[in-house]
Parts: sequence; structure tokens; C-alpha cells
Amino acid sequence: MEPLQIVAMLYVALGALCVVLARDVVRQALVFSLYGFSLVVLFVVFQAPDVALSALVVSGIAYPLVLVGAIARCHGQRKGGGK
Amino acid sequence: MTTRVRLAVFSSGLVLVAALLVDGVSNLPPFGRYAGPYGDIVARLVEPQRHMANAVTAVVFDYRGFDTMGEELILFAAASAVALLLREMRDHDTSDLVEGIRSDALRGVGALAAIVTFVLALQVVAHGFITPGGGFQGGVVLSAAFALVFLTNEYRAYNRLASSSFAEPVEALGAGGYVFLGLLALALGFGFLENFLPFGVTGRLRSGGSAAIVNWSSALAVSGGFALIFSEYLQENVAVRHGRVGK
Repeated sequence: MEPLQIVAMLYVALGALCVVLARDVVRQALVFSLYGFSLVVLFVVFQAPDVALSALVVSGIAYPLVLVGAIARCHGQRKGGGK
Repeated sequence: MTTRVRLAVFSSGLVLVAALLVDGVSNLPPFGRYAGPYGDIVARLVEPQRHMANAVTAVVFDYRGFDTMGEELILFAAASAVALLLREMRDHDTSDLVEGIRSDALRGVGALAAIVTFVLALQVVAHGFITPGGGFQGGVVLSAAFALVFLTNEYRAYNRLASSSFAEPVEALGAGGYVFLGLLALALGFGFLENFLPFGVTGRLRSGGSAAIVNWSSALAVSGGFALIFSEYLQENVAVRHGRVGK
């Protein structure tokens, strides 16, 4: 295994840990995005650019937007609840 | 449930999961070793057989197009379910509400970013058979371009660009077009979703045969689906903030 691949795997493990440890849901959604980016780096390092692009759009765009939308809906009863 | 019972349930589950994990990991093939023959065969045959440079998209929209159709319909069902559930709870039309962003700098940069994202999305879809990318990735980026309009400009502008009445037909056209292409191949005497057009020259935009049209219809389905989900959530949130939600 290349050193770069090991670094990428450690980065993913660290990101996953951070997602679990984040207690606030909005913050967790943002941390998840960063974790998704670490997965993108992992896929690029392992030479899977197609999967990397899919991971990028899902964890960078689709998932956080749906998640933040749902969180805002649940918190939205009080005025100006985090968008 | 007392703490002791919880602890017992948790630890028994932990032992079971750990045993499965150890068993699974210890039986993995060695790192970097690929056992199956199919990947190697496809990588060798995709250029001479289909004139496509990107083997992954070739598998997704040509060799394994039927499988992707199922994934497309799953997204279609999910987006429809979100729209159905959220509309049930909302009793007012929200298209007249104004939720503008006042910062000119943000509006300008946002509009520029939306345009750049839109072009990038078309590029990702169009080059699906040449470079990494394709209908799914490009479709999500396309819907992100519309989401950017909301995030940096105005709710009403987003509503005009990507309202449900626009996103719905786009999604339906994409998902329906995918199935239609499969049936068309059947009608022409090929297998379901088999590539029935000339393959073209490898590396050109027009290469890919009918799989290129499948690619574009999947981009429509994905972007329409995600735009529909976003717009339903946004309408819902705006309606809640203006106190326009029924029971």
C-alpha cells in the first residue's frame, strides 16, 4: 500500500469519528459533508474517479441539502429557525 | 428498561457485530488483488465493442443499462413520495411569498456561480463516455445550479426557474424516456436497452450510440428528481416561516 493511500484511509477514519462525535444536528450535517470530501479523496487516491465524482455530488450537494431542509422543517416552528 | 438490561443487549450485539466483522475482514482477498474476470474483460472490450473511452459509464448505461433503470425508478419513487407527503401537510400556495437576499455582492457572485455550475453540469453529462462523469453526477450538479439561485438570490426567482410544475415534467420525461428507449430497442428487434445506434468515433461527443441518449435522459430524471425534492422542502420551509402550514 502506498503511504498516500494510508493517509487517505486515516483521514476517512478521522472524519467518520468527527461525524459521530458532533452532537448538534446542523453541525453534524456540515461535518458529514467534510467526511464525504475525505471519501472523495480516498476514491481519487485509489484511482476511481467516477466513484469519486458520484461521492462528491451526493455528499457535497444532494445529501446536505436534503438534510438541512429536513432539519429546518423540524426546527422551523420557532421563527427564523436555522435555514 | 434498566441500565443492566440495556448493557446486556448492547454487549451481546457488540460481540455479534465484532465477530461478523472479524470473520468478514479476515476472509477478504489480499489488498489490490482483483479476482473476477468481468472487470478485465470489460476494460479490454469496451473500446473495440462500443467505441467508448470511459468503461464505467459504458457499464452503467450500456452493458448494465437495465440495472440503472431500476436505480432511476427508485429515485423517481423517492422524489414523488417526498412531494406527496409534504404537499399533504401544506394547504396554501407559497409562490407569492418574497424571501430575498439583499446583499448585492452575494447576489452577483451567486448568479455567476449558478451559471458556471449549470455549464459544468452540461459538460459532465455530455462527456460521460469520454471522461469520468455521466448522467447521474451531471444531473445532481444541474439541480445544484438551481439550488444556488435560491441560496444566493431569491425564493421567487428559484420558484420561477425550478418550481414543482417545471421539475416534475423534467423528471417524468427523463424516467419515462429511459424506459421508452428500452422499449424502442425491443421494437427495432434488439434486446431491451441494447445499443441500436451507430457507435461513432471514440473520444467524440457524439460517440456512444443510443446509450448517449440514455445518459441524457438519466440526467433529466436525476436533476428533475433532486430539483423536485429541494423545491418541496424549500416551499415547506418558507410556508412554515410565514405561518402558512395547515394540519
